Amino acid sequence: MDKIQLGEFINSIAGALEIKEGNQYLEVTVPPSLLYKLARQLREKEESQFDFLFCITGVDYGADLGVIYHLRSTIYDHSVVLKTRTSDRENPILDSVADIWHAADFHEREVYDLLGIKFKNHPDLRRLFLDNSWGFPLRKDYVDDVNIVTK
Amino acid sequence: MGIKGMKREDFEDNESLDLLTASGSNILLTTVDDVINWGRKNSLWPLTFATRCCGIEMMAAGAPRHDFARFGMEVYRASPRQADVIVVAGTIVHKMAPVLKRLYDQMSEPKYVVAMGACAISGGPFFLNSYSVVKGVEHVIPVDVYVPGCPPRPEALLYGMLQLQRLIETQTIKSRKERNASHDYK
Amino acid sequence: MEEKEKIATPDELQEYFINMGPQHPSTHGVLRLLVSLKGEMVQSVQPHVGYIHSGIEKMCESITYPQIIHLTDRMDYLSAHINNEAVCLNVEKALEVDIPDRIKVIRTIMSELTRIQSHQLWWASFGMDLGGLTCFFYGLRDREKVLDIFEETCGGRMIVSYSCPGGLMYDIHPNFQKRVKDFIKYFRKILPEYDQLLSGNVIFHERSKGIGKLTKEDAISFGITGPSGRASGFSCDVRKHEPYSAYDRVHFNEVLLTEGDTFSRYIARIEEMRESMNIIEQLIDNIPEGPFTVKMKPVIKLPEGEYYQRVETARGELGVFVISDGNKNPYRVKFRSPNFCNLSVLDHISRGFKIADLVAIGGSLDLIIPDIDR
Repeated sequence: MDKIQLGEFINSIAGALEIKEGNQYLEVTVPPSLLYKLARQLREKEESQFDFLFCITGVDYGADLGVIYHLRSTIYDHSVVLKTRTSDRENPILDSVADIWHAADFHEREVYDLLGIKFKNHPDLRRLFLDNSWGFPLRKDYVDDVNIVTK
Repeated sequence: MGIKGMKREDFEDNESLDLLTASGSNILLTTVDDVINWGRKNSLWPLTFATRCCGIEMMAAGAPRHDFARFGMEVYRASPRQADVIVVAGTIVHKMAPVLKRLYDQMSEPKYVVAMGACAISGGPFFLNSYSVVKGVEHVIPVDVYVPGCPPRPEALLYGMLQLQRLIETQTIKSRKERNASHDYK
Repeated sequence: MEEKEKIATPDELQEYFINMGPQHPSTHGVLRLLVSLKGEMVQSVQPHVGYIHSGIEKMCESITYPQIIHLTDRMDYLSAHINNEAVCLNVEKALEVDIPDRIKVIRTIMSELTRIQSHQLWWASFGMDLGGLTCFFYGLRDREKVLDIFEETCGGRMIVSYSCPGGLMYDIHPNFQKRVKDFIKYFRKILPEYDQLLSGNVIFHERSKGIGKLTKEDAISFGITGPSGRASGFSCDVRKHEPYSAYDRVHFNEVLLTEGDTFSRYIARIEEMRESMNIIEQLIDNIPEGPFTVKMKPVIKLPEGEYYQRVETARGELGVFVISDGNKNPYRVKFRSPNFCNLSVLDHISRGFKIADLVAIGGSLDLIIPDIDR
């Protein structure tokens, strides 16, 4: 499916969502409550079959914390990008997609470790690289006077 | 004696060598020291400890082209109890520093440390703005020889090991104890 | 008084943990594996990473785009040139710069040489892990010839930093073509020696056939790319699906096997070395004339937006994801590293095998730990 057909298909299964054509991929902004359901349907529906999750990126937008999912289908060779945001910086919680794609297991642990976003229903949410007393380094308000030079 | 092909006068700018030879010591102990040092320096067995890219250059130094074994570093020992020298090849991170200290403590005397590569000397390319790199392995364990480079060529590592052999040659039992006592851990 | 000795039957064996610690000769880096065993059979493997986590992604937010290249060199250091190429292609795509053919062809030849040298080192250490120390010496002896070519042209043996946004740092050395052709002639004669040593060895067959099977569905779900994924039948070669540089003008086969065990992963890499040599042979005689770099602005600023570039490293698909807000420093850089995903499958495929097989499986997945931790 090309980008326009994909956009119409997503609108048909999830209602009206903000869909933008980015430089390379179709970008769909999803509210956190609809994320898991949309991800499951994109994986299982015959027309889309997005079986390859190749990247999960955690981003700190300043006011919000967000996660970007890059999906690809090995059968139809089309890709889509799902974006979601939450403005709760104290205790951000999103749904985990680890039972849909196994690759999400380690990626979500990394996002939790570096940004502090917790994932509900994750099989084993522990910090991956750093230990429990460390802050969340990839946040924009992470302060480390010894090591990091701010201009 | 010493490293073949290099004259003693060529090392003139090294202060410690002059101090040690000028200090003078008991003739009987000097001969015993010589024999012990000769045995130690000609069969330094390194510990397998490679963290980052310098590890590959250390493996290449053991490979057929630049052969480590012709200088006495015949085998790599996996267990710290059986190794003489630990070549810290690569970046040390805050999570790894206690492990390195533990390995160093488990090695038995006499033990030597070679800091290989820019990351082990001072943090290297990760010096600026990295929140988890220890800026130099000197903060964790006392270092004998620094081998600069990113990564240093295998020939550079061989030169560093030869310098270490020279250092061993000029040590006496007394100077070794003084050196260990004076290192302060930051 | 006779006491009957009570010998524990397999049902009564207790589960215990062994720590294959950060310092271990066979883990290829600082990886800590918490292996839970019953007798000698592996029940589960928990990898603990982070012993080389240097915070590269956070560092990239405070440096300029050409400076990121020097950090990517040190992530997966055996595919250093390919990592550099990924960042350069991303920047050039975002700025819509047209790259002359000469640069594309040279970058492709260097990428394939990097792939050959990485597989040579993998073969050397894989053989050594399984006990065949000769493989170490053979593999590294031949790898030195490739490193000589790199050193003459790029200045560095393994860490090259040769590509830059807009082209290459310097032009190729006049000896480059002759040396590469000599190397290919030499290595084609040597590769059957590798087969004689390991591929046809009956002990090696016993230790690797049927060990660590990975099905195609699992490979796709876990995101296993590279030779490990292709050995299970997952067609994931970025050079075929989204060709970049000069890959659209060469003919080569994607090495796909169906078994998915350790032996298939081994054969996939050996065949990949042959395919790489085929690619180089098609390109080395016809390097087009032209400039070796394109004039770029002194300060590179990417327009606002998100850019994703995929390349095929020796271990799988590397993705460089840049979010730019228009400044000279990127807002967020994410490296989708192939080894990160390849590690997650280690637990899944080693259950039920012996601990010696765990070493074979780990070696066949070809992990580079600094790439996992970044």
